[in-house]
Amino acid sequence: MNTLTGSFKGFGVTFAHMFRKVVTTDYPFSPPKPAPRYHGRHILNRHPDGLEKCIGCELCAWACPADAIYVEGGDNTDEQRFSPGERYAKIYQINYTRCIFCGLCIEACPTRSLTMSNEYELARDSRQDLIFTKKELLAPLLPGMEQPPHPMRLGETDKDYYIGALTNPGTSAGAERAPWSDQGTHDASDPADHASRPETAGPVRKEGAA
Amino acid sequence: MTDVAKRADTVTLTIDGVEVQAEKGELVIRVAERMGIAIPRFCDHPLLAPAGACRQCLVEVEGQRKPVASCTQTVAEGMVVKTQLSSPVAAKAQAGVMELLLINHPLDCPTCDKGGECPLQNQAMSTGRADSRFHEQKREYEKPIHISSQVLLDRERCVLCQRCTRFSEEIAGDKFIDLMDRSSGEQINVYRDDFFGGEGTGDGQVGEGAGDVPFNSYFSGNTVQICPVGALTGEQYRFRARPFDLVSSPTTCEHCAAGCSMRADHRRGKVLRRLAGDDPAVNEEWNCDKGRWGFRYATATDRITAPLVRDPRTGQLREASWSEALVAAAEGLRTARQRGVGVLTGGRLTVEDAYAYAKFARVVLGTNDIDFRARPVRASGSPAEITEEADFLAAAVAGISDLTYADVESAPSALIVGLEPEEECPILFLRLRKAARRGTLAVTAVAPYLSRGFEKLAAALVPAVPGDEARLLGTDPAVAAALSAPGSVLLVGERLATVPGGLSAAAALAARTGARLAWVPRRAGDRGALDTGCLPNLLPGGRPVSDPSARAELSIAWAVETGTLPSKPGRDVDQIIAAAAGGALGGLLVGAVDPGDLADPALAEQALDAVPFLVSLELRKSAVTERADVVLPVAPAVEKAGTYMDWEGRLRSFETVLRDSTAMTDGRVLEAIAALLEVSLNTGDVRSVRRELGAMPASSARPEPPAVAAGAVAEPGEHAAVLATWHQLLDLGTLLDGDEVLAGTARPPVVRIGKELAGQLRVTDGDPVTARTGRGSVTLPAAITDLPRQVVWLPTNSPGSAVRRDLGVTAGAVVRLSAGLPGPILAEGADR
Repeated sequence: MNTLTGSFKGFGVTFAHMFRKVVTTDYPFSPPKPAPRYHGRHILNRHPDGLEKCIGCELCAWACPADAIYVEGGDNTDEQRFSPGERYAKIYQINYTRCIFCGLCIEACPTRSLTMSNEYELARDSRQDLIFTKKELLAPLLPGMEQPPHPMRLGETDKDYYIGALTNPGTSAGAERAPWSDQGTHDASDPADHASRPETAGPVRKEGAA
Repeated sequence: MTDVAKRADTVTLTIDGVEVQAEKGELVIRVAERMGIAIPRFCDHPLLAPAGACRQCLVEVEGQRKPVASCTQTVAEGMVVKTQLSSPVAAKAQAGVMELLLINHPLDCPTCDKGGECPLQNQAMSTGRADSRFHEQKREYEKPIHISSQVLLDRERCVLCQRCTRFSEEIAGDKFIDLMDRSSGEQINVYRDDFFGGEGTGDGQVGEGAGDVPFNSYFSGNTVQICPVGALTGEQYRFRARPFDLVSSPTTCEHCAAGCSMRADHRRGKVLRRLAGDDPAVNEEWNCDKGRWGFRYATATDRITAPLVRDPRTGQLREASWSEALVAAAEGLRTARQRGVGVLTGGRLTVEDAYAYAKFARVVLGTNDIDFRARPVRASGSPAEITEEADFLAAAVAGISDLTYADVESAPSALIVGLEPEEECPILFLRLRKAARRGTLAVTAVAPYLSRGFEKLAAALVPAVPGDEARLLGTDPAVAAALSAPGSVLLVGERLATVPGGLSAAAALAARTGARLAWVPRRAGDRGALDTGCLPNLLPGGRPVSDPSARAELSIAWAVETGTLPSKPGRDVDQIIAAAAGGALGGLLVGAVDPGDLADPALAEQALDAVPFLVSLELRKSAVTERADVVLPVAPAVEKAGTYMDWEGRLRSFETVLRDSTAMTDGRVLEAIAALLEVSLNTGDVRSVRRELGAMPASSARPEPPAVAAGAVAEPGEHAAVLATWHQLLDLGTLLDGDEVLAGTARPPVVRIGKELAGQLRVTDGDPVTARTGRGSVTLPAAITDLPRQVVWLPTNSPGSAVRRDLGVTAGAVVRLSAGLPGPILAEGADR
């Protein structure tokens, strides 16, 4: 082979790429959309009346292979009710410097409180900020929801919340996706949302913001 | 010989095809356990009588028609047992029982405190079915009800194994909790009015109906620990953590002189719960609620974390660096020691720390003015009485560990004087009760009345007016008869020190009858402080201060010049306080003493105010630290290693639980002060202290016990009575601060008076009665008790009744009584 044909062959490869689909993404102006089941950051969901689904049982922390979750339970009282039943998570933290996004915590969760969103923009400029607390993790309040603590609105006892809940998507609809994951059913410009999550308002972006 | 006897008592049986020897009367489940065969069980507990309540331990026994419960079946010769490992019948029976137990179990494991350490969870996994065939509605009860302020009961979770009720009846003797109702409604509960058709409040909580009897036992925490499901849980640990969060460290209880082995479970530098450790020689598997739940003082908000120094300009305490504070303490003590420095150590120190104080006093301060007894040490009496207790301790207690829990258990009879075991040494009480219940031990109490604790011991009472114990010990025929059997024990409490001649009489009685004597102090550090020389007449190891050879021995051990150790017995706690108040002392070094515990709190505070230089080694802000010139923070028991010596004289060593703590031991702080005063104390490391104490030769000198004559009993006039008083287990002690739910289970403070006095005062049960001295008064509801004439009992330091502070007296003194609240007219009338 002579060198001339060799060069043409090389340029040919380059030239052929001009007609292929572009893999470069225009990040951050149009962030790519991950697969629907992409393991992104976690959400702590709410019941339709706004009470937290989390009962502070620590099964997520138990399941976590990276020891990224820290939970301390607390006692619900009639005056201070955060979740149906006796127990709620007084402290809930996920340390995203440790989390490996394996999703075992999601499988362990007995109340389907913990789910994962599609959000992947988790870079922060300090380690401290990567420890997400209830403030960051709790799902935003949807219309009809009320900021806990408040009494149980959907039934007399906690059983009314749980029986059939897993087969009833309504109880977690809307809360399973975060608005900032671009696919939310929720309008990110809702001021109520910003009020409840001021520190995560930054990454909120609309389709085609570029 | 014993071997032969033993062989005659053994039988041979086969379990799962393996032949095994077992003692006659042994339970099949225990033999299997010994062989390493685990039979699932809930109700079985080695320290409780067999019940066969849960039926989980069914095994197949050849020749029996049906599977039998191995926890109630005793072994027999030639028995052939097949467990679930070799018998499908047994396995199926166990699976069936498990399925039945789970029918009504709510399976709320995610919210249950027991989740993760639950025998029901584990055994449902090992022997249960994967799914339930029961699809109907489960039985529902109200979710947890408070059966005391500390214990919660969730009846849905209960499998009716009756461990809690059997414990309460057999071990603690508090029948507060029992099986109630019938059939499918059968449940564990406490007596509640509404439950029995009476008037309750209807919201399920106990204590609100007039006739409700909450589970206020001093030992209720043990039922939480032995509950094999999450039916009984403690309020304090509720939802705090999961077992996998916790790091468990073995430790020793710092409260009383029982020396319980404990397990402290901690998470992120904070103890979340404590459980009874397993030590058959001491606490078996039990502990008291004070030890289990009284640990929050260490995390109280008034913990001192940095040294404090009194600013010369402002006169206020301000935070200072360690080096500044240590220099201030050393320079202050250097000046003060020329006029004499007294050392008060309190009874909460570990052996190592107490030794450091004892050595510091002798070597650095050159004084024997050191006393660990933060309590009344004598009745104000004749000079002979002044040294009575110290002489008694030197003669009969220091360095001796003669009597053990096992000895008490096997003794034929026990005489108890100056001690209320349930209130002052609960684990000793459990041991006494174990033997008394078995019928092998006869308990005789020399006390003003049969307290609930003594009643549970089925004790015979020798009624004693406070102050009269010495005479009774010397002359009462019932007392002598109680100790006539060989192997009898004489248990003497620290309170006997306030009876003139009491300890002399006890020592004489023990010598006369051959009974073995034990001195039972109230605090964990008392015995250790005694044996390490925190007493004006004793050097470490029980060596008398006045003995030149003992001082010479110690001079060699401490590498100080012979003759430099002070040879004159020092002042005791009362004399130190009096000297300080009178301006005769240059300084005081105080570690962990609450002036309210001393015989005269007002005088003690006056002394602390008057003394020119005061150094306080403390954990939390106190009456001492606010008056101190230098405050040096020290470590609480969980943050240091050390040893407590229990009442037996047994060493109970423990390691640091919270290893991240930087708090220093008293010994380390004293070593640092000593270094600035050019003395190498070598007490900074517990290991080196243990080595030094271990290398010390045994003391040979033992002084004669004191022989103080019995004093006369006070003669109260009209509307007056002789005061009897002791501490209740759960009271206002500083180590119980911050445990409100625990305080809720304390016995309600009452003033106990006899029928005759009640008649004189025209009061009935529950009416307020006021006891008064020139200092002040205490008003409590009356409880009419079978007391000797002219005796009144008050709790020493319970809510509404701080006897020493409010009345300024101790047991044996005369107080005036009146019905009703202290009004100005009444007070005037009484003063006349």
